[in-house]
Amino acid sequence: MKFTQTLKAVTSAGAIALLMSSAASAVTLNMMNGSEPGSIDPHQASGDWENRIIGDYLEGLMAEDANADAIPGQAESYTISDDGLIYTFKLRDGIQWSDGTPVTAGDFVFAFQRLFNPATASDYAYLQFPIKNGSEIADGSVTDFNELGVKAIDDKTVEITLEGPTPFFLQALTHYTAYPVPKHVVDKVGNEWTKIENIVSNGPYTPTEWTPGSYIKSVKSETYWDAANVQIDEVNYFVQDDLAAALARYRAGEYDILTDIPSDQAEWIKTNLPGQDYFGAFLGIYYYVINQEKPPFDNPDVRKALSMAVNRDVIGPDVLGTGELPLYGWVPEGTANYEGVALYEPSWIGLSYEERVAEAKAIMEGLGYTASSPLTLQLKYNTNDNHQRVAVAIASMWEQIGVKAELFNSETAVHYDSLRAGDFDVGRAGWLLDYSDPSNTLDLLRTGIMQDGAMNWGNNYGRFSNEEFDKLMDQATTELDLAARAKMLGDAEKIAMDASAAIPIYNYIAQNVVAPSVTGFVNNAADIHRTRWLSKSE
Amino acid sequence: MFGYAMRRVLSALPVALIAVTACFFILRLAPGGPFDGERALPPTTLANLRAHYNLDLPLIQQYFIYVWRLLQGDFGPSMVYNDFTVAEMLRIGLPFTLMLGFSAFVIGTVVGLVAGALSAVNQNKWPDYVLVFLVMIGLVVPNFLMASVLQLTFGVYLDWFPAGGWRAGSIPHLVLPITVLVLPHAGRTARLMRGSMIEVLGTNYVRTARSKGLGTRLILARHAIKPALLPVVSYLGPGLSYLLTGSLVVEQVFALPGIGKYFISAALNRDYGLVLGTTILYMFIILAVNLLVDILYAWLDPKVRYH
Repeated sequence: MKFTQTLKAVTSAGAIALLMSSAASAVTLNMMNGSEPGSIDPHQASGDWENRIIGDYLEGLMAEDANADAIPGQAESYTISDDGLIYTFKLRDGIQWSDGTPVTAGDFVFAFQRLFNPATASDYAYLQFPIKNGSEIADGSVTDFNELGVKAIDDKTVEITLEGPTPFFLQALTHYTAYPVPKHVVDKVGNEWTKIENIVSNGPYTPTEWTPGSYIKSVKSETYWDAANVQIDEVNYFVQDDLAAALARYRAGEYDILTDIPSDQAEWIKTNLPGQDYFGAFLGIYYYVINQEKPPFDNPDVRKALSMAVNRDVIGPDVLGTGELPLYGWVPEGTANYEGVALYEPSWIGLSYEERVAEAKAIMEGLGYTASSPLTLQLKYNTNDNHQRVAVAIASMWEQIGVKAELFNSETAVHYDSLRAGDFDVGRAGWLLDYSDPSNTLDLLRTGIMQDGAMNWGNNYGRFSNEEFDKLMDQATTELDLAARAKMLGDAEKIAMDASAAIPIYNYIAQNVVAPSVTGFVNNAADIHRTRWLSKSE
Repeated sequence: MFGYAMRRVLSALPVALIAVTACFFILRLAPGGPFDGERALPPTTLANLRAHYNLDLPLIQQYFIYVWRLLQGDFGPSMVYNDFTVAEMLRIGLPFTLMLGFSAFVIGTVVGLVAGALSAVNQNKWPDYVLVFLVMIGLVVPNFLMASVLQLTFGVYLDWFPAGGWRAGSIPHLVLPITVLVLPHAGRTARLMRGSMIEVLGTNYVRTARSKGLGTRLILARHAIKPALLPVVSYLGPGLSYLLTGSLVVEQVFALPGIGKYFISAALNRDYGLVLGTTILYMFIILAVNLLVDILYAWLDPKVRYH
């Protein structure tokens, strides 16, 4: 009796000690995540800071590995029909939401229907428009949701039918717009399903706390199918807009990961935090659009001269100090589905900068623009220190070729309103790729389409229009052979860039800083680093 | 007294309505909208969003809908922070902003009064020089710079306090942000108190008190502090308003969950609902503080009540 009691006491004490030690040794990752999340509903979000949270708590049919390449997520396997139109996914056994409810094919069908539902008004629904009738449901021309190309064959099989072959579709499925949402919870509480008291997850983590303006906390989900391999127990995604303060907090040990840095501190970080700087090219382009509806910017020679006079080699290293990579083409380095296509280089790339300026000056003089009789243009950019630095530098570069640029800055909303209205000469813009495919940037240069009696130029702010370019882009959308498709897109890029459709300036670089205690962080072109692949030592 | 207070409250109502109306229309007439981001939305999505937020209705109709809802306590949705209504965001952020502002106000006022009085009593002696120097630092160093210096000194190098962030119930997290807010307020209060106190100490009745052999402490307590406080009291109203509404930089730098930073980000994002919500709240705070000060004055000086 006495022995049994002693044994019980020892066992209980051991269990308590074990519990306490496991609680005490919980591995917590503190991440500076940037701005306040607008939403963690995958159908309402739109920023990379939201993606970090959503991609840790929801998982789609496809997921990202440490290199951000597409790998099966909730799907165990998939098949693609010979014509590239039908994708059939088999779900893994035993996958469930964090409340224990099984994840079924119906959750995926429900999520896609919700995504395209006009009432949802999802900003990013267009990313999944390759799905049959996706855009028609979103614009209300198809009202029967059963017409959508996403079907549940049974509880464990999802079949997706596309409008046309789409080589990047598996990659597009890693985007949060393709993630499932818990039908059983949304049915009950509607759009309030992302409130902390309602939320459930099917990914490696579950959000458990949200203090707006401060942080979101997620803890490891034991119901995740690969929970055994998830190393980090808790993640805090801190809201932090002030980058100088963020660096101070990193140095104070309050953050393990910085996802952005003050641009003037890049060199300091490289020198003083060796091995912690994870700076690398990622899929984003920074460029100037030229309004081609306005003379003299409708003249390709003027656009060429403006482009030639921009000394891209000094902008990343010297003007910004963060080492952004010079960009001459429209498709950033590292973009998938572009194998066999060399990075675009203009015919004048072999010239020295002085020679380029001389040639550009000669072009402008030929058109009557000289230092004494300059071409006056307005250069618009959205308010931001870095945009201002680049604009000031480029304006001074243009002075050499008889161009006088008046700088005009405004808030982001006003700036893009002006660009969309065509109220500009030259304007700053940028594009971070939604998925790794050349079409994602090349689509920005397609001719607009007539809608309700007016031309809708979409994101083609410069209103570049070239028939041959559009034709190649159209052909590429139906081409199944990836090599042939890449060539078509390469040819299209050459046509647009040879015509100086816009002025590419630099390829963005990701600027992460990672504490030595964190392992598994891999630089990748998409700049996506799911916590699932990280570990942290004390 | 009650009648006077009621008259002041009622006279504040039209001011509030004018401010809401002006803010509503100025905001809507400003260029750019809540959905003018870096990416052009497909027209159908844009139309869906505009319909969802009633932005497709005539402006005047939108205004009446807004005012009608406001009268029922509904601040409407945020167009950027979709997971919260404006009321929810204000409910979460306001207590923090108030706590931050009131703490800084109380500490800054006490520190300022004591420093100003000490400085005046020791006029042109070393404690006066030291205090005037400290007051000047508090006044001239901008709060974003002060925040960075404190973060680096006490957060990074000395590691005494957290360099930012917030945990409910954690006093150390509040030390640096409150210090940044306290310094300019304490500085202004100290400067006013010093000047006022020097003036009072030079008056005939204080000299008479001295000649009667009263000690400095007694003179201060009986004859100097009370009259010296009057100009300081007139500053406390605006000072409190400033602390309650001006914590934007501190909240931004220290990543604190107050409403200050929503105000600016909402204006930049053209998040109509949130801009109006924060404006109304700030307006209410300023009106309430001014009202309080007016009532205090009326209580101190009966002449005010009858004018």
